[in-house]
Amino acid sequence: MVIDLNNTAGLLLALAPELVLGFWCLVVMIWVAWRHGSFEDQWVAGVLSLAGLVMALGTVIWLWASDARAAQLAGMMALDPYRYATAVLFLLGAILTVLLSLDYLKREGVRIPEYYLLLLFGTLGMMFMGGGSDLIVIFLGLELMSVAVYVLAGIDRRSPFCAEAALKYFLLGAFASGFFLYGIALIYGATGTTNLVLIGTQVSGFALSSNLMALLGLGLLLIGFAFKVAAVPFHMWTPDVYDGSPTPVTGYMAAAVKAAGFAALLRVLFHSFGGVVVWHEALWWLAVITMVAGNLVALAQRQLKRMLAYSSIAHAGYLLAAVTSGSSAGAAAFLFYALAYTLMTIGAFAVLAAAGRGGERGVSVDDLNGLGSRRPWLAAAMTVFMLSLLGFPGTAGFIGKWYILSAAIDANQQLLAVVLVLTSVISAGYYLPPVMAMYMRAPSSPEAHSETTVAGGARLVVALSAALLVVFGFWPNAALEAARRGSTGLTPAVVYTVEGP
Amino acid sequence: MQEYLPVLLLFGFVLVNAVGMLVLSHLVSPQRPTPVKATPYESGMPPLGSTRDRFSVKFYLVAMLFIVFDIETVFMIPWGVAFRQLGLFGLVEMVVFIAILLVGYAYAWKRGALEWD
Repeated sequence: MVIDLNNTAGLLLALAPELVLGFWCLVVMIWVAWRHGSFEDQWVAGVLSLAGLVMALGTVIWLWASDARAAQLAGMMALDPYRYATAVLFLLGAILTVLLSLDYLKREGVRIPEYYLLLLFGTLGMMFMGGGSDLIVIFLGLELMSVAVYVLAGIDRRSPFCAEAALKYFLLGAFASGFFLYGIALIYGATGTTNLVLIGTQVSGFALSSNLMALLGLGLLLIGFAFKVAAVPFHMWTPDVYDGSPTPVTGYMAAAVKAAGFAALLRVLFHSFGGVVVWHEALWWLAVITMVAGNLVALAQRQLKRMLAYSSIAHAGYLLAAVTSGSSAGAAAFLFYALAYTLMTIGAFAVLAAAGRGGERGVSVDDLNGLGSRRPWLAAAMTVFMLSLLGFPGTAGFIGKWYILSAAIDANQQLLAVVLVLTSVISAGYYLPPVMAMYMRAPSSPEAHSETTVAGGARLVVALSAALLVVFGFWPNAALEAARRGSTGLTPAVVYTVEGP
Repeated sequence: MQEYLPVLLLFGFVLVNAVGMLVLSHLVSPQRPTPVKATPYESGMPPLGSTRDRFSVKFYLVAMLFIVFDIETVFMIPWGVAFRQLGLFGLVEMVVFIAILLVGYAYAWKRGALEWD
């Protein structure tokens, strides 16, 4: 399906998923305005948001399946499979988070139905980040997402750790947005446009790949993105923010927010700076430092939530390795790994939410002792998540790492591949102890784990994530094919010409 | 970088001008301070206590709501100027824009953001 962007109907069709989700934000907002007095009202708000997310997902998949593309150069939003693939990722993460939150919020006594509204707005922002083909749109999406997530991080107003998380995230996030915006300004100064494709034409056509202003702008953009995806050395906020936020929000931040940062980063680098060599080197170092530091520090953690926070930093390193290759194979590896990572990290946080109470900050590895005998299914699911995070064969995490490795080796980056393998081996040192505790140690007391239950939506999240991880681990072809098709839109087929700067 | 020279010159001129005026008035003017003259100027009122005081978070809420409708006006004025050229399309766009803002307004109202107490 070729969409003509010169008439209103074409424009509405091109923006259909965002319009559906945006309209549904307003619907939920009206519901929350009139009905916010009880937990039942909050539950209805959650179900309404779920309906909106599913409708947006349906629209995205319909556009993708009908192979919607633009007849002209898309100005603000791209119309390519990459946009649809990333939107599916974000919507999947948001749907899992809503399902996980339905019972969690009631259990923790958080009665703020705006929670779901903020999740919708955050997801809408992510879709603009993944689909924006203009730096301004990407920035607007980034801000829409970030502001919503700042509030979500501090949604439990009675917890001082929540307040700490929100304040830290807000201050550092706003700082990072400043870097990002300054980068956009410098790139605009060097190329005279904010459109990603036109920037790419300018950079290659006028030999701007060694232009100081353009490179400085690119560097500032990279810093902004590195903050958002929590790459070392811009990760300082991550452990405290992930630790203090309510657990479903932590899962959402670790999976969807990180994927959104990477989605926009990949598009900016591929569309605008494909011929610039220097970012490969910068990202190479970022990836290596992030993988090494994230995994080593995670080894020292005793609390499960902090351990998962550092694990998410380490995973940012693996995803950076996929981006560093700079090829469409790397982009496909990123899409597949982001899908697997969304499932395994939200699943792991769902199990953590079941095992703990009051924000789950105090759950240590020893608290899982004997879970295997008391809650065999939950322990089995947790084992799948841990093994998949580790990259064990038979899980989607393994296939994802395999494709990142092969993309890195195709791009002649053997050293990066070696570091990835070695750090994955190190990560066994903290992914396996929870599994050992669950199966090889006795419960600490006769009534241990009596309150560890997953009900309703959370049970669906755990079961679905674990099942999909195993399915994609053994039969990855369909998902890999989708990831490969999703990465095809990244290198523009037509070279557009523009006037000189 | 040649084209930035006028900007640099203007910047230097402004800097010299501002600093020069301050320094000159300080050097030239007669200074006979009294306690009343030395107090900060607050539009003619006697100053009431310190300015480093905590004030209610409600003010921030009102300020944020003000900004929303302030920006609405910023969008509406150019639209009003170009109303005839934009035609029906512009009218529909503006109706949609205001409808979205109205939802936010209704939300703020129902949630009690406009109540002072």
